[in-house]
Amino acid sequence: MSDLNQKMVEKYKGNFLQEVIDNVEEGETMKMCMQCGVCSGSCPLGPHWEYPPQHIFMLIRAGKRDEVMNTDSYWNCTSCYNCIARCPRGVQITHVMHGLARYQKTLGLTPKNQPTEKFSQLFWDNLVKKGRVNELKLGLSLYFMNGFGEGVKTAMKNQKLGMAMMKAKRMSPAEMFGGHGIKDPAGFQKMVNKAHELEAARIAGEES
Amino acid sequence: MAHEYSFYPGCSSQKGASGSNQMVSNDTMCNKLDIKLNEIDDWNCCGASVGYSGGGELARLAISARNIAISEKQHPEQDLIATCPACWLATRETQERLHDDPQMMSDANKALAEIGIEFQGSKKPARHMTEVLVEDIGFDGIAKPVTKPLEGLKIAGYVGCQSNRPFGIAGESFENPMYLDKMSEAVGAEALTGYEKKVSCCGGALMFSEQEKSQALVKEIIESAYDHGADMIMTPCAMCQMNVEAYQSDINAKYGTKFDIPVVFYSQVLSVAYGSTASEAALDGQLIAPKKLIEIANK
Repeated sequence: MSDLNQKMVEKYKGNFLQEVIDNVEEGETMKMCMQCGVCSGSCPLGPHWEYPPQHIFMLIRAGKRDEVMNTDSYWNCTSCYNCIARCPRGVQITHVMHGLARYQKTLGLTPKNQPTEKFSQLFWDNLVKKGRVNELKLGLSLYFMNGFGEGVKTAMKNQKLGMAMMKAKRMSPAEMFGGHGIKDPAGFQKMVNKAHELEAARIAGEES
Repeated sequence: MAHEYSFYPGCSSQKGASGSNQMVSNDTMCNKLDIKLNEIDDWNCCGASVGYSGGGELARLAISARNIAISEKQHPEQDLIATCPACWLATRETQERLHDDPQMMSDANKALAEIGIEFQGSKKPARHMTEVLVEDIGFDGIAKPVTKPLEGLKIAGYVGCQSNRPFGIAGESFENPMYLDKMSEAVGAEALTGYEKKVSCCGGALMFSEQEKSQALVKEIIESAYDHGADMIMTPCAMCQMNVEAYQSDINAKYGTKFDIPVVFYSQVLSVAYGSTASEAALDGQLIAPKKLIEIANK
């Protein structure tokens, strides 16, 4: 168990609802959930969730911390916002699901080799490097996220699509060398790091 | 007089990027409609949706606040607009979140102080390009420059998710927004108003991490278009366009289907109706050639 996870268990002493409200993006909105289930029924990947959103809200209220913090359910969120649009109680479900995933990651509890967690990190690292996404490098890092051998296989499999994209001028080999970016990526990175510091301090209960 | 806007084009719109066909055709369309887009100098990525777990909340809000602050400095009197639904959503979300939460605003400004920027809130919500068309130009205005009515063309208007939810376009419903259909009709095409998958999700970024699950969603989006006899699917979103167009051969291999349906942007369709050439409408930027549109453009 990570130190931070241990610390949070001790801090909240079984009051998991409060832990979610304090530390998960838009977590306080889940207090409005009335268990109607519209969110679960509206989710395009609903059948793939071990615990769909409605079930997660119930588990949070019931203090089932292990179930909620160890599932990979919320990594199925496609950010389609159907649940938010339909929720009769204004629960910010999409954001709470993103927030739970982020919190799980912060506590070091993400299930191993969760593909969307990996892709999200690759995407974020890619954009922070130059302030803009480099699609070519992102694509390649995606192919190779499960190791070199797997990467070569995936790259070969997707070769046809890659060639077609290049022919349509929607992928550029020039992106390998430099590519698009903002004027001051170092400043951008300082800004992002500061934001991460402030957020980490808030979760750890340190005032900044 | 031209309508002028502060413009946030977004990563996928750049030269050599996956949505560059949207950008080319959007420029063409805007010229014909006398819309002037003033690009925000030095804009950055919005973090998209899938940035949530790598970025967390505050960093995501801070990077979008940077864009808004620069836009307000460079083009203070102009509405900030985006063509990419994810860019638009992230920007509007940031405006609302920072407006509603003084602590978050103060923290975002501590981060922005690292690059000497102060964000004081936005005067007006960011807008999506389709809002500009529907609200500022209007359907009569959209019809006006038409020189080649798209008679006989059957279009499935695929709105998708993020241009529609959670903000959407004023006066439209989340479940059955009509603006794409009305656009098709304004340029003389036939809108397939019964298209059931109009607001279904294509999987978004999970097309990269959960390919099977996402392709199952796309299969239904395409199947429904075929059921209604569509010549093509038309969308406002670069993510939707890519996801629905690029994996049709994968889906065919897995499901034994024979999908081969073009997926175009509304800006491409309007450009052709306005008499632009196939390359001005970026029809050469498609993976599946929209043959009927190309024929009309070449006439």
